[in-house]
Amino acid sequence: MEQRTAAVSMRNITKSFGTILANNKVNLDIFRGEILALLGENGSGKTTLMNMLSGIYYPDSGEIYIDGKAADISSPREAFQHGIGMIHQHFKLVDVMTATENIVLGLKEEGRFDLKNASKRIREICDTYGFEIDPDKKIYDMSVSEKQTVEIVKVLYRGADILILDEPTAVLTPQETDKLFAILRNMRGDNKAIVIITHKMHEVEALSDRVAVLRKGEYIGELFTKDTNSQEMTNMMVGHAVSLNIDRPEPVNPKVRLQVKGLTVRSEDGILKLDDVSFEARSGEILGIAGISGSGQKELLEAIAGLQKLESGSINYVDDDGKATDITSEDPVHIRNLGVTLSFVPEDRLGMGLIGNMDLPNNMMLRTYRTGGHSPFTNLAGPRKTAAKVVSDLDVATPGLSTPVRRLSGGNVQKVLVGREIASAPTILLTAYAVRGLDINASYVIYHLLNEQKARGVSVIYVGEDLDVLVELCDRIVVLCGGRVSGIVDGRTADKRQIGLLMTRIGGEEHE
Amino acid sequence: MFDLVSFIPRAVAQGIPLLFGSTGETITEKSGNLNLGIPGVMYVGAICGVIGAFLYEQNATNFVPLLGVLIPTAAALVGSLLMGLLYCFLTVTLRANQNVTGLALTTFGVGFGNFFGGSLMKLTGSEVPSIALTSTSNCFRTALPFADKLGWVGTVFFSYGFLAYVAIILAVIASFVLKRTRTGLSLRAVGENPATADAAGINITRYKYMATCLGCMTAGLGGLYYVMDYANGVWSNDAFGDRGWLAIALVIFTIWRPAVGIFASMLFGGLYILYLYIPSGMNLSVKEIYKMFPYIVTIIVLILSSMRNKKENQPPASLGLPYFREDR
Repeated sequence: MEQRTAAVSMRNITKSFGTILANNKVNLDIFRGEILALLGENGSGKTTLMNMLSGIYYPDSGEIYIDGKAADISSPREAFQHGIGMIHQHFKLVDVMTATENIVLGLKEEGRFDLKNASKRIREICDTYGFEIDPDKKIYDMSVSEKQTVEIVKVLYRGADILILDEPTAVLTPQETDKLFAILRNMRGDNKAIVIITHKMHEVEALSDRVAVLRKGEYIGELFTKDTNSQEMTNMMVGHAVSLNIDRPEPVNPKVRLQVKGLTVRSEDGILKLDDVSFEARSGEILGIAGISGSGQKELLEAIAGLQKLESGSINYVDDDGKATDITSEDPVHIRNLGVTLSFVPEDRLGMGLIGNMDLPNNMMLRTYRTGGHSPFTNLAGPRKTAAKVVSDLDVATPGLSTPVRRLSGGNVQKVLVGREIASAPTILLTAYAVRGLDINASYVIYHLLNEQKARGVSVIYVGEDLDVLVELCDRIVVLCGGRVSGIVDGRTADKRQIGLLMTRIGGEEHE
Repeated sequence: MFDLVSFIPRAVAQGIPLLFGSTGETITEKSGNLNLGIPGVMYVGAICGVIGAFLYEQNATNFVPLLGVLIPTAAALVGSLLMGLLYCFLTVTLRANQNVTGLALTTFGVGFGNFFGGSLMKLTGSEVPSIALTSTSNCFRTALPFADKLGWVGTVFFSYGFLAYVAIILAVIASFVLKRTRTGLSLRAVGENPATADAAGINITRYKYMATCLGCMTAGLGGLYYVMDYANGVWSNDAFGDRGWLAIALVIFTIWRPAVGIFASMLFGGLYILYLYIPSGMNLSVKEIYKMFPYIVTIIVLILSSMRNKKENQPPASLGLPYFREDR
């Protein structure tokens, strides 16, 4: 490697939370005019490491050098002074404020507090790099991609020339991702240092110049992207060889299990969430549901599980003998008893399905306590067994069964949630975002579990975000666009681009 | 005939303590602290003012009006500041539950006030269970000299003691700071989304302490106004009544806008005393029903504002929640 001065050098950084060592003697160099991909599984300490650069956390030991000079970053403000800006995975924006207000928040500029002038400067930044946002729009009116743009403009407005992006593409469509990458390349051309944290190998390959790998809080090594491939990077990340192909066994004897016809749902504010949605789900098959977040996925699953009020349409459950039951207006408990289970992983992971302050057996019991006969007392023995099985089968990292779920890391919370639904031996398994934020290893465990269920003849409905996974895992894919079915494609022949187009416009035709 | 010229000044006098209280509580809530201790804080502000005035009246050989105003005011401010610091220490530094802490402070404040009120009554050895601080009250009640000469205009606009105008000025300043300044923007961000504010380099702890303490001091002045101006310097235990709770209701009524509070407090004040102006004959129970007006109006506003469901009209998003940076 030729001699260059690193924009940022981190040396022997160690950080622990309680007894958990999040980073152990990590070394990392970040250069200007270069995009560095920081790779690692969940809990490998990527975000923690970057949070120390951005002043959210403070390292227990180790040094940080900015442009060769030792720096002490003890608050986000000091990070900004060093030109470091971080775009967090969960956006840090105030909903009721405009883009401009969010961007100038916390700044101590000279002179009068002038929002108009700030808007003007924001427009200039947008023009320079090719962003498209309206500075006077309220955040709650914005799409995910717009919010992310605000975040990026925010750090640029502060004059940041070292940008850290924590899983920026997790919520974007392929088209939006391309746009973002183009902007990042623009910035690289502007001699900024860029760090991107991601799990997605093809993004690393498409975008980065250099890759640094962390595993279990330790620095494993770094590679030039052009000299490596995704298999090698994955092996470094996981520590052993992993197969990157997702299995897709042929469906065995598929029979119609669920018929959804003309489903229409309105939200409480009268907004049309689902518009005349019809499809069939078959046993022994994984049916994918693709769509930009908020296109009606949540409402669709909730409608099937009996948690949504329908405006019109019907949902029929067909059992093994071909007898159809109308479950359109059944209550959720009856629907569950038919074997329809729902595991929805919301953005905050704990919002639906698990109770953060309860431990694992108690969370397992949430699904089974009704089946305990007529005794007024609950029986913890079964749930405890289920919890132990989920922990060992799915390799959940937990100090013990009696740990409150909220103490677990995101990926482990998800494993508990999905594991519990599977443990109830469903006939229809509804999962939404089951691998959201999970690392490669954990994701494959989940895919494997879903395939096992498929082999058992379960009809799996998989709402996903990552199109690469959808086209590899699912037998058929329903694409939603603004609450309507814009296409149903065969997973074996489908192309990611085509689905991306279907996600943004009905029928996938171009019309401008 | 409804006597508007005599009704309005009474409504205003009734509304001013509420305005102080609600301005203080709004500033506090904008930082994400739900201070249910406001009734207690106002009570403590009142009794501290009484103690200050009492000591000065007893010990001063010749009564200087300026000191007669300054000493009780300073005492009220210090008393309510201490309450604010206590609240912040418990909820911000130790991250105790805000509702429990606030309710405890209210109970404590009322007890504190009644204890010292009772003690002072013992000291004076008076026959009636109250303390009269006439000379101090006269200073607080001094109206602008030309008020008398302006007829009804003077009565409606200029007949109040200086604290009434302070209340309005404070509300206007609070409104301006919240809407138009960097400090206000930061404060709103702290109450809406502390993690975001923190990442933007705003010192959450400092903002919460400052907003809550300033809010408490403002509310404390409301207590002071009540005793010294509204009640003519007569302190009797528990006379302050439920004004503290009304002030908190007013915050919701104004949907967290101090400038709206100026008019809303007077409306509340008017509703509060409306029963005196509605002929109800000898039937006293009907009067009690009229006394419900302010609360009914608050409930109606709550219903309307939650029905419209506009994001800007909601309470600060992290109201009542503690913030800890490294929490996961």
